[in-house]
Amino acid sequence: MSIFQGSSELAQSKQHSRAAATQRVAGLALIAALLLSPVSAFAAGGSTPLLHANNDVSNISSLQRGARNFVNYCMGCHSAQYVRYNRLAADLQISEDQLVNNLMFAGGKPHDRMEIAMSAADAERWFGVAPPDLSLIARSRGTDYLFTFLKGFYVDESRPTGVNNIVLESAAMPNVLWQLQGSQRAVFSDEEHDGVVTHAFKGFEQIEPGEMSPEEFDQFVRDLVNFLEYIGEPVQMQRRQLGIWVLIFLLVFGLFSWALKQEIWKDIK
Amino acid sequence: MSEKSGLNRRHFLSVATSVVGAAGVGMAAVPFVMSFKPNAKAQALGAPVQIDISKLEEGQMVRSMWRGKPVWVLKRSPAMLERMHESGAKLADPDSEVETQQPAFAQNEDRSLKSQVLVVLGVCTHLGCAPLERFDVAPADLGPDWVGGFYCPCHGSKFDLSGRVYAGFPAPTNLVVPPYRYLSETLILVGDDTGASA
Amino acid sequence: MSNGVRRDAVTEQTIMSRMGDKGAEFVDWIDARFPMSKMLKEHATEYYAAKNFNVWYVFGVLAFVVLIMQLLTGVFLTMSYKPDAEKAFASVEYIMRDVEWGWLIRYMHSTGASAFFIVVYLHMFRGMMYGSYKKPRELLWIIGMLIYMMLMAEGFLGYLLPWGQMSYWGAQVIVSLFGAIPGIGEGLVEWIRGDYFISDITLNRFFALHVIAVPLALIMLVVMHILALHETGSLNPDGIEIKEHKGPDGIPLDGVAFHPYLTAKDLVAIVVFLAAFSGVVFFAPEMGGYFLEHANFEPANQLKTPEHIAPVWYYTPFYAILRAVPSKGFGAFLMAMAIILLFFLPWLDRCKVKSIRYRGWTFKVALTVFAISFVALGYLGLQPATDTFVAITRVFTILYFSFFVFMPIYTRFEKTKPVPERVTWDH
Repeated sequence: MSIFQGSSELAQSKQHSRAAATQRVAGLALIAALLLSPVSAFAAGGSTPLLHANNDVSNISSLQRGARNFVNYCMGCHSAQYVRYNRLAADLQISEDQLVNNLMFAGGKPHDRMEIAMSAADAERWFGVAPPDLSLIARSRGTDYLFTFLKGFYVDESRPTGVNNIVLESAAMPNVLWQLQGSQRAVFSDEEHDGVVTHAFKGFEQIEPGEMSPEEFDQFVRDLVNFLEYIGEPVQMQRRQLGIWVLIFLLVFGLFSWALKQEIWKDIK
Repeated sequence: MSEKSGLNRRHFLSVATSVVGAAGVGMAAVPFVMSFKPNAKAQALGAPVQIDISKLEEGQMVRSMWRGKPVWVLKRSPAMLERMHESGAKLADPDSEVETQQPAFAQNEDRSLKSQVLVVLGVCTHLGCAPLERFDVAPADLGPDWVGGFYCPCHGSKFDLSGRVYAGFPAPTNLVVPPYRYLSETLILVGDDTGASA
Repeated sequence: MSNGVRRDAVTEQTIMSRMGDKGAEFVDWIDARFPMSKMLKEHATEYYAAKNFNVWYVFGVLAFVVLIMQLLTGVFLTMSYKPDAEKAFASVEYIMRDVEWGWLIRYMHSTGASAFFIVVYLHMFRGMMYGSYKKPRELLWIIGMLIYMMLMAEGFLGYLLPWGQMSYWGAQVIVSLFGAIPGIGEGLVEWIRGDYFISDITLNRFFALHVIAVPLALIMLVVMHILALHETGSLNPDGIEIKEHKGPDGIPLDGVAFHPYLTAKDLVAIVVFLAAFSGVVFFAPEMGGYFLEHANFEPANQLKTPEHIAPVWYYTPFYAILRAVPSKGFGAFLMAMAIILLFFLPWLDRCKVKSIRYRGWTFKVALTVFAISFVALGYLGLQPATDTFVAITRVFTILYFSFFVFMPIYTRFEKTKPVPERVTWDH
C-alpha cells in the first residue's frame, strides 16, 4: 500500500494515473534540463573556455601550501577580511607557532582577521580599482575561473602593467606570479564566419621560462585556488560529514514512522 | 492478529517513533542553543590585553579595558603600602577569602603578583559604578584615618589601596582582581593567568 | 459497525487508559476555561478527511513545516544580522564563520526559501488538478492566493538583506517597476525606497517588513486558510464531497480521522521532505547558483551592474513575461495579471466536475500546456534576453494566458466522465 499513487491495479485509476504520470515526467524532465543547463555554471568572461582547477578541498597539505602561496604572493594587495588566522590554524592542522612564524608577517594576534595595511582609497589611486577582498572570490567566480585567470596573463605592451589577461580583458592586476610562470604570449587568429570576423584565442606560447616547470606552476596555482575555495566557506568539510549522519538519522526515523503509519492504517479498507 | 496484540504493536511503534522523534528534535535544537554561546568574534574582542608599565611612576595609575570593563594598574610606593598595612582599617574581607574576587595568587595583603603593582577591575562590587581614585592622605571629606584607596561616589563604599572593601558599606566584596600574568618585568597580560603564581 | 466508531474507540481508550484520574481532572480544568479538547476534536481527532489522499496532498503540511522552520531560523539570524548597509554583508559572513552553527541556520533559511516555493507551487498545482478552488472552496483558494502573494513579497524583501550584488540590483530593478504605474509611479518608487536610490534606509525598512510585518500577516492568513479548509472539509483526488455519504454515526464513510491517520501519514512525508532538504543543506546549499546566487557573494556595488541580473528562480516565470513585452508599462501590467488571473479560477472554470480524473480532454490538455508553459517561462526568465529567447518566451506567454482567457469557453462544454459516488482507492 503506497501513499504514492503510481502503479495501480484498478482500471478506474489507470487513466488518471497516466495523465498524472505524464505530467510528472514532463515536470521532472524540465527540472533536470534546468539544473543541467549551462546557466547554473559560472559564466566565463566572453567565450573563453575555462581550464579545470581539479582541486580537492579535503587535501590538507594542498591547503597548507595554498595558504603559504596566498600569504606570500597575494596579501600584499588583497585582504581576506572575513578569515581569522586561528580558524586557519585549526582547520589546516597548523600549530599556533607555525601559524605565527609562517603565515603572519605583520604581527597581530591569531584571533585577528586577514586584513592588510593598504587602504582602499590608496589602492584605487595606484591601480585604478581597489584589489578586491578575496574571502569569497571562489564562491562568486568559481575555482575554474580563478585557475584560468591566474594562469592566463600574457604579454601586452599596450597595457600599463605590460600584461593582459585572457579571462579578464584589460585587467588592472599585474602578473604577480611571473617569476614562477615565466612570460607567455597569447595567440589569436581572426576567423571569418558568415561575414562576421571573430578574434579567436588559440593558445599561449611561452616566451621566457619561469622558475617552475609548467607542472609545478599548475600545482602552485591549484593549491592557491584550493585555498581560496576553502576560505570561501571554511566549514564545508564538517558540513558534509555532518550531513551523512543527519541522513542516516532521518532514514532510521523514516523507517519507524513508516512502520507506525502502516500499523495505524492496516484496517482501513 | 488479535486486537490486544495489535494494540501492543501499535503502542510500541507509537512510543518508539516518539522517542526517536524526540531525540531528533533534541539534536536539532543543539545548533540553535549553541548559537547563543560567545563565538569567535566575542572571543577575539575579549582576548587578553597587554598593558605596558615601563613608564608607570609610583603613585600613578594607568587605565585600560578588558571584556568591556575598566582595568586599573596602580604602582604603589613602599610608603603607600606601609600606610595601608598599618592603618588598622575595618575591612570586610581582609584576607581575601571570597574566592570569586581574585585568582589564588592574589590572596594576600597586597592582592597582587608583584607587591607594588596592583591590577584591579574598576567596578564597584555594589552596583557597578566606577570608584574614584583617592590616593590623598586624610582629606577633609574622607576623615583623618583615610590613608589612600578608592571611594565610590554612588553609595559611599570605600576600598583600600589593595581594593579591599571597608566593612559597614553597601559593597559586599573586594574589588575584583582579574587573571593576569607578567610577560616581562614591565609588560602585563590581563585576561590570562597561565603559570602565574605568587 | 462503521469504521469511524471503531477507530475513535481505539484512540479514546488508549488516551484515557494512559491518563488516569488525575490526568482527566486536569483536562477538565483546562476545558472549563479554554476550548482545548473541543479544538482538538474539531480539528484533529474528529476532523474527517478522505482516505484516498495521494502524494499531491502532502504539500500543504510541508508548507506549514517550512513556515515554522523559516520563522525559527529567521529569529536566530536576526540575533546576529545587522540591517545597516555598511555592516549587512559582513554580518552575514560573521554568521557563516564566527557564530556557532550560524552556517547551518543560514543555509536552512536560504534553502527553506526555495523549498517554500517548490512546495507551494506543487500545492497550488494540486488545487488546479483536483478542483480544490471550486465551490464551496473559493474563499479557501483566495486566501491561499493571498498567502502566495505575501510569500513573494517576503522573499523579495528578504533577498535585499544580504546586501550582495544581486540583492541590490534585483531590488533596484523590481522597485523601479512600480514606476511603470501611470501618474503615481515615480512618487511611489521614491516612497517605497525612502530615498532617491536603494540605500541603507531602504534596507532598514525592508528588514522591518521582512522580520515582523509580513510574517505576522502570513501567520494570520495561514490560520484563516486552515479554518476555511476545516469549514468546508478537505476535498480528495476524486473531487467528491465525502460528507454526502455519512454512516449512522454521522461520520463520512470515506473519511478517516485526521489524527491519527493523516498525522501518521504526513509524518512519513515530512521525514522524506527533511531528507531531501538536508541533502541540499549539507551537500549542495548553493544548488548550482539557483538557491544562493554566485553574484551575491560580492558586496553590493552601486557603480557596477552585474552582467546578468536575474531574480531568484521562483520569480522567473513572471520576470520572463515582463521581459517578453516591449513596453515597460504593459509588461508590468501583464506580469501582474499573470498572478491576478489565478484569483479568478473558481469563476473562470465552468465545469461542474471537480477532479481532473473525470474531466474532459480539453481541460487536461489545457492544464498540461499551462504547466509546461510555467516551467518553460521559468527557465526562460533565467536566460539572457536574446532575440530567440524573447520570441520563444512570447509563445509561452500566449499559451500561459490562453489557459485563463479561454477557460470559460473550453470548460463549458467538457465531455466529462461519470463521477463516482464513493472515493476510489487502490490499497
